[in-house]
Amino acid sequence: MMSYLLSLTIWTPIVFGFITLAFNKNDCMARYVALLGSIIALVFSLIVFHTFDPQQTAMQFSENYAWVPSLNINYHLAVDGISMPFVMLNNFITVLVVLAGFKVIKQKVALYNAMFLMMTGFISGSFCALDAVLFYVFFEAMLIPMYLIIGVWGSTNRVYAAIKFFLYTLIGSLLMLVALIYLYNQAKGSFEIFDYYNLPLTMGIQILIFIAFFLSFAVKVPMWPLHTWLPDAHPEAPTGGSMVLAAITLKIGGYGFLRFILPIVPDASRELAGVMVALSLIAIVYIGLVALVQKDMKKLVAYSSISHMGFVTLGCFLFVGANLNTWALEGAITQMISHGFVSAAMFFCIGVMYDRVHSRNIADYGGVVNKMPVFAAFFMLFSMANSGLPGTSGFVGEFMVIMGATQTNFIAAILAGLTLILGAGYTLWMYKRVVFGAVANSHVAEMSDVSKREFLILTLLAIAVLVMGIYPDLFVAKMHASVGHLINQVAQSKI
Amino acid sequence: MTEMNLYLTIILSPLLASTIVGLFGFALGKKISHSLTILGVLISTIGSYCLLNKVLNGGLTYDGPLYTWLTVGTQSYSVGILVDSLTATMLTIVTSVSLMVHIYTIGYMKGEEGYERFFSYISLFTFMMIMLVMANNFIQLFFGWEGVGLVSYLLIGFYFQRESATFANLKAFLINRIGDLGFLLGIGLVLAYFGTLNYAEVFAKLHEISGVTFLNTGWNAITVICLLLFVGAMGKSAQFPLHVWLPDSMEGPTPISALIHAATMVTAGIFMVARLSPMYNMSETALSFIAIIGAINALFLGLLGLIQNDIKRVVAYSTLSQLGYMAVALGCGAYSVGIFHLMTHAFFKALLFLAAGSVIVAMHHEQDMRKMGGLWKYMPITYLVTIIGNLALAGIPPFAGFFSKDMILDAASNAHEHHMFGSSFVVFCVYAAVFVTACYSFRQLFMTFHGKERFREVHHDDHGHDGHDAHGGHGHSEPKESPWVITLPLVLLAIPSVIIGWLAFDKFVPGEFFNGTIYNAQFFAEEIAKDPIAPLAMIMHSLHQLPVYLALSGIIVAFIAHKSPAFVAVVKAVFKPVIYVMERKYFMDDLFINIFAPIGRALGKILWSIGDILLIDGLIVNGSARVIAIFSKIFRRAQTGYVNSAATYMVLGVLILLTFCTGLILH
Repeated sequence: MMSYLLSLTIWTPIVFGFITLAFNKNDCMARYVALLGSIIALVFSLIVFHTFDPQQTAMQFSENYAWVPSLNINYHLAVDGISMPFVMLNNFITVLVVLAGFKVIKQKVALYNAMFLMMTGFISGSFCALDAVLFYVFFEAMLIPMYLIIGVWGSTNRVYAAIKFFLYTLIGSLLMLVALIYLYNQAKGSFEIFDYYNLPLTMGIQILIFIAFFLSFAVKVPMWPLHTWLPDAHPEAPTGGSMVLAAITLKIGGYGFLRFILPIVPDASRELAGVMVALSLIAIVYIGLVALVQKDMKKLVAYSSISHMGFVTLGCFLFVGANLNTWALEGAITQMISHGFVSAAMFFCIGVMYDRVHSRNIADYGGVVNKMPVFAAFFMLFSMANSGLPGTSGFVGEFMVIMGATQTNFIAAILAGLTLILGAGYTLWMYKRVVFGAVANSHVAEMSDVSKREFLILTLLAIAVLVMGIYPDLFVAKMHASVGHLINQVAQSKI
Repeated sequence: MTEMNLYLTIILSPLLASTIVGLFGFALGKKISHSLTILGVLISTIGSYCLLNKVLNGGLTYDGPLYTWLTVGTQSYSVGILVDSLTATMLTIVTSVSLMVHIYTIGYMKGEEGYERFFSYISLFTFMMIMLVMANNFIQLFFGWEGVGLVSYLLIGFYFQRESATFANLKAFLINRIGDLGFLLGIGLVLAYFGTLNYAEVFAKLHEISGVTFLNTGWNAITVICLLLFVGAMGKSAQFPLHVWLPDSMEGPTPISALIHAATMVTAGIFMVARLSPMYNMSETALSFIAIIGAINALFLGLLGLIQNDIKRVVAYSTLSQLGYMAVALGCGAYSVGIFHLMTHAFFKALLFLAAGSVIVAMHHEQDMRKMGGLWKYMPITYLVTIIGNLALAGIPPFAGFFSKDMILDAASNAHEHHMFGSSFVVFCVYAAVFVTACYSFRQLFMTFHGKERFREVHHDDHGHDGHDAHGGHGHSEPKESPWVITLPLVLLAIPSVIIGWLAFDKFVPGEFFNGTIYNAQFFAEEIAKDPIAPLAMIMHSLHQLPVYLALSGIIVAFIAHKSPAFVAVVKAVFKPVIYVMERKYFMDDLFINIFAPIGRALGKILWSIGDILLIDGLIVNGSARVIAIFSKIFRRAQTGYVNSAATYMVLGVLILLTFCTGLILH
């Protein structure tokens, strides 16, 4: 079984997705089948996490079969310390998402669950794929379920949001396809991503390829100024959609920087690092300020996600001479994992309130703690994690990136550090207006505290957030070898 | 390994109690909840005394890791424990005061909603403070640092239904975050220059780094690090201009004002500087800066105590002033004196706060001193301990505060002799503040306990300041002395407020207790070594020195003002503009609330509406969408439904695209 582990992780949810579709007359069965499928996938990914050898720099759990031999396209899967945590995060979040939709989603239940399961499989696939075409297929395929999730189960403005989401991401990825085809020709007919790592490329070509990849991944992250689809998509998406979107989909963007841009075009990366750092800092500060004045909770958390993802791109492009900074790079990955937990939790908390009051407006709330004390405690924990409090996962990544920045670029460190104030500002100000105070209106007065199902989801997320805050080495230790390898690769010029 | 068990017991027992009560308090009930948390802190307290004893008599020290928190590259960063005389001293202070506050809370919070929650919080606070104090590295220090900030935030907002409370806790958290930004950057520079975050390893490398300049500037790197770290201390220890959160923090229940906002958390910054004394010694600039900031706190924020009418706010401003004294001690290189004052202050200020709380309980949660008066008859124990606390605070010999404050004055004069930058200003401030301190503290005493029984004149209405009217009847019932759970901690805190200065003076100031832990600046160490002085001799000596007479005249002025309203009226008339400025708190609140915060919000609005909505979305995204829309009109016939058909086309489109590209490649 061990040699098929990645395939099992990827295809189990997809197969279960199809099985779920068969239960479109029986909502209850559809839910449980979907839950079963997501749990099995999670177990597979946990086995991967557990048996992963952190000492190795080589790719692990490799599977390589010819797919389209005439074009030399292979079904090549493997993980290293950079991609492996995301596979686990992805499957973990999906279990919660399926649970989160249990009582809430009442129409087209089978389709809803099937879409999430398939998306999980596609996402895992894009994290594991080492063949460029395979990656591209997974990468594009996951757009479809997300588009449907927003478009079918979303709120009033869902069609605009869904189309905006789709077009944004599609345009980016088309340019990536062009770049991949160019690389295929240069590499004498190979779609193997690792073959591109040693491909000599002139600076001009590198910069063009950089831009093509950049547009594709920066939209996903999303980086300023390609971010405006996210605050529109989130409020329209159902809770589960927001959770996956924030926790996982954005991470593919960050992963793309690490797997494609940095090792394939290292010289262009160095050349353009200044621009990337500037864009990241704009994301952190500008978007942090924008988040401060949001009236819609989901928009607020969406902006907060962009701001937090700014740390990821910042961490990826802090160079000292030819070398990337270890603190910053590992911090970027850590930040992505942490943000996966925290943003999913924040969106779930908002979903819990939305299910009761049917409003995302901060002004429609006030004094929630009086009616939902248990919920308020969880929400406080996640708000603190979102503000980067030490002891929660939210601190670790930001801390590491800021440490990296002080070693390489002090001005960047100061600006990135502003998130301490801004992050706490927008998160806790929202918390104050929503949760504290006297009961504000009759809707709040009718709120009931969390159900057992919601309690379970919140507890699992809380454990993840705390474990990662108290013992981050559990995750970080797995990535040293791969990150070190990546840094060596990027240090070599390809011109 | 027995020592290790002791350390872990001290650290974990409050955490365990807090977690159990926090999670299951609703089921356990009040009695078990408070017993459990008190037990947890009691175990910690006993452990701390054992530890202190071992350090004092056995010379115990320990510095080692617990577990690896994070590895980056090849370096690992551990959560660890550092035990030495400074740790032991701080632990004893923290756990003792915490224990007293735990017991006191039984009486103070009786019948309040969220009783179990309150106990869970203060035990969690104790744990965080212990982590901060026992840390052997910067990351853990920051963990404790932010952890106590979190609990402070939760407790200031304990009465979460009140707008003023939730405003105050947000303000406290954000102002502290401004400081933490500096602190974090300081930690980052420590890592950048020293390559490690462990205290001992940093200290070992100090001499290598001493000459290094910061980036391309001419500044000394260590000075920059010290200043940045101190910015953190300015937030946490409420130093000007980041002090604005502390007076508002009085929105929290009184026990936490005593524990967190007087005795322990706010002294974390002082502790941090003392802990890093080897580093601070290498930067005269940083020391001068600390001393000047401290002097501003000591005098100018102390002055605000003179015009407060809320009993807790008087004590709050006096805390700001005393924190300023501690900072002055640090800035003058007399770290051990700073810690000495931290300790005496912890006891007498916790006492004063808890005594104020006792008054508040008796007055049915009325905090305005103008509605009190003549209480000494009704609450003799509270009255007595308040006198003791105020005498200690004013620095009257032989009370605890006298010794520590006198040493700070000496340290300031000594720094002046050694031409420290800004020392004339510092010396002026700390001497003038002696007068001010005595004046406001006795003004509070007179207003509360003496004079006309003004509580008979007023009707207690329901907008009590500190919580709900859960403490029995209303109206004209005479105030009663508080129950023993309140008075016992008062008495137990009054004892050290009298004797701790005398007892500990020998050890702390000239003695060798802190050898190898705190390194006083050379000129101060030499000064002390030159003429060691015994407590009794010090008292005799002080009788023909200025400070004691300054303090006495402060008391006399307070007395005159109490007896003669005409005198107050004249003073008020003469200093009208000054008092206006003071009533506006030197406009510092306005700076943050009416300038910085609106600027932030306005920037956010502008960036959002102009940057995001108008430019990016309006011009670029929707603009290109409109162009596409024109083309799409041509294909309108193909559009049938909404999403489902769109998805079909999408899949189709992707497939066509793939085919197209494949064709391209094959070509």
